[in-house]
Amino acid sequence: MTFLGMPTAPPGVGQLRQEAPFPVAAARALDDSQLRRNLGHATSTIRAKRAAAVAEVPDWQELRAAGAAIKDDVLAHLDRYLLQLEEQVTARGGTVHWAADANEANQIVADLIHTTGETSVVKVKSMATQEIGLNEALAAAGIEATETDLAELIVQLGHDRPSHILVPAIHRNRNQIRDIFLREMPDAPAQLSDEPAELAAAARAHLRRKFLAAQVAISGANFAIAETGTLAVVESEGNGRMCLTLPRTLITVMGIEKILPSWRDLEVFLQLLPRSSTAERMNPYTSMWSGAVEGQDFHLVLLDNGRTATLADPRGRAALRCIRCSACLNVCPVYERTGGHAYGSVYPGPIGAVLSPQLTGVADNPDLPFASSLCGACYEVCPVAIDIPSMLVHLRSRVVDYKGRTPEAAAMHGLAWTMSDPRRWTWALRAGRAGRLLGRHHDRIRHLPGPLAAWTSSRDLPRPPRQTFRDWWRSR
Amino acid sequence: MRAALFVTCLVDGVVPQVAKATVRVLERVGVTVDMPFQQTCCGQMHVNTGYPREAIPLVRNHVAAFEGYEAIVVPSGSCTAAIRHQHADVARLAGDAALAAAAEAIAARTWELSEFLVDVLGVTDVGAYFPHRVTYHPTCHSLRLLRVGQRPLRLLRAVQGIDLVELPGAEQCCGFGGTFALKNPAVSAAMLADKIAAMRRTGAEFATAGDASCLLHIGGGLTRLSTGIGTRHLAEILAVTRRER
Repeated sequence: MTFLGMPTAPPGVGQLRQEAPFPVAAARALDDSQLRRNLGHATSTIRAKRAAAVAEVPDWQELRAAGAAIKDDVLAHLDRYLLQLEEQVTARGGTVHWAADANEANQIVADLIHTTGETSVVKVKSMATQEIGLNEALAAAGIEATETDLAELIVQLGHDRPSHILVPAIHRNRNQIRDIFLREMPDAPAQLSDEPAELAAAARAHLRRKFLAAQVAISGANFAIAETGTLAVVESEGNGRMCLTLPRTLITVMGIEKILPSWRDLEVFLQLLPRSSTAERMNPYTSMWSGAVEGQDFHLVLLDNGRTATLADPRGRAALRCIRCSACLNVCPVYERTGGHAYGSVYPGPIGAVLSPQLTGVADNPDLPFASSLCGACYEVCPVAIDIPSMLVHLRSRVVDYKGRTPEAAAMHGLAWTMSDPRRWTWALRAGRAGRLLGRHHDRIRHLPGPLAAWTSSRDLPRPPRQTFRDWWRSR
Repeated sequence: MRAALFVTCLVDGVVPQVAKATVRVLERVGVTVDMPFQQTCCGQMHVNTGYPREAIPLVRNHVAAFEGYEAIVVPSGSCTAAIRHQHADVARLAGDAALAAAAEAIAARTWELSEFLVDVLGVTDVGAYFPHRVTYHPTCHSLRLLRVGQRPLRLLRAVQGIDLVELPGAEQCCGFGGTFALKNPAVSAAMLADKIAAMRRTGAEFATAGDASCLLHIGGGLTRLSTGIGTRHLAEILAVTRRER
């Protein structure tokens, strides 16, 4: 139940909405052999590694429960923690900005950069800035943003969109990456091979020049500690460390749900996150800063963009516990086959299917809650125990309420009416025997009419029996 | 011991042989089976498709149908999970606390077939004989919502003559997902294709599971492709003896 007037992510900016109906976009992705191969390989590899990394921790379930409890406390007292964070960041020389939505956040960041007189910035990998379409907004304001995370760079150079939260170029293989570098990176060596080490070296040389020239950097944040105003970025390549320390101005855009109350709470999440995301015991680089370092300007942009609306739904708000680890994507049988682009939103997979429709309102993402077989694999691996299947089912009812009178609703209502009375149901079961006609040639049904044709597009249906079970029991 | 059978709507109308087999197994191990005729459907399809309000009369009917029985057996992991994890919620949606309490009480007396045999009766060998190569698919709701674990496999291993082979990637969903199969037919088919490929690698003659719904989907794909692999519900394998086919 989103209340009227509550800020949701505005349309026309950023990337949170399905562009085509999910079943259509998914069917297109399913036919892409290269994509299927790349995704199948990558997800099955990381799945196995994660399982091993998690199995090493004897108190994993307790950690998971602690992670969920800490996040729930943050969400229940967000008003208090946000003000505390603002106070602490300000006291340490930073400036805090509040953005109700993507447009406001983009405007704030563009204005801050204009004030510095710079026209180019370097970026740390950040989902929040992908969500609000910051790069596009900055380009429109005459500012060039360079992604410095290797996979984000591949996506940016390829004029592409991320297809995974953690591994945005998961849909690409090394051959495709070499082609992108040769085409789009002016300083790439002409003899570049598709060896991972050579590709990384080319990107490294390219990025090194950007780092040394940059005066402004933009980051997201994995965590923000309210008690000290400390921000934390967790990464694997060291590009984040470069961006956070070299430029004179640092601008961090962060969703308001990223808060942790205290340093002690960070201990839980620095165990949960690396093992769940990259299957590492500890990630290579954890950068933390409290306010502005001497000689540096620091700005923190706190982003709502539909989060308050999400918080208003008691059965949907746990989606805001998410720490963007991607474990649910990697185990999802739907994501594994369709990839992230089919979901439209920068948040794909199971978490995207519950988060995106809440940030935008279900009217703008009506297919996503249905893009799941409810197999439950996502809930099992979620490090903050988000019951994604139950949430999907809840959001489905919100979509049904929004759509109102549809042929499907009429059919479901009629079926419920029939099934709520044993006599009506007994007769309906007997009437089902008429289906025997459809299966008279093959002893199974190969073509069903109307919407049920979706079943027989790839599956037979057994020929209905001569006698229902209840009739057999009566005659026994 | 007496137990009431919750047939489930799908088994009643489409694959009644599954319920007949369940009755045979239960009677063979000494259970007196009751068949409450007021039963219809657990309402899971309504809830999972976004129509929880339409499920209210179904939950009400289910509670009325089974209120007087001490043990209820279901040849379906998914319907058992709906009774355990959804019924009380649906009743609360109706604002009916008494119905919620009654639904919870019934859920506490409801068992999926393998749970009932292994946990309640303490039986793993039901005297079955099935001289075929069989592979077992642990359906998602049995696996993750009920956590039936090894119970179906323990029952299958005790079957005489059976050649039980492990299914590669067994814990991956088959792609059924209720109305998911109709709303996302292409993704559902892609998942089914991989499940079928895994089944073919086992060389099994039969694929088995504890859910007739998933088997309807898997079996529909197996016959469409003329794979020659048949499907048998767990109860159908347990029902066969040396004397009775």
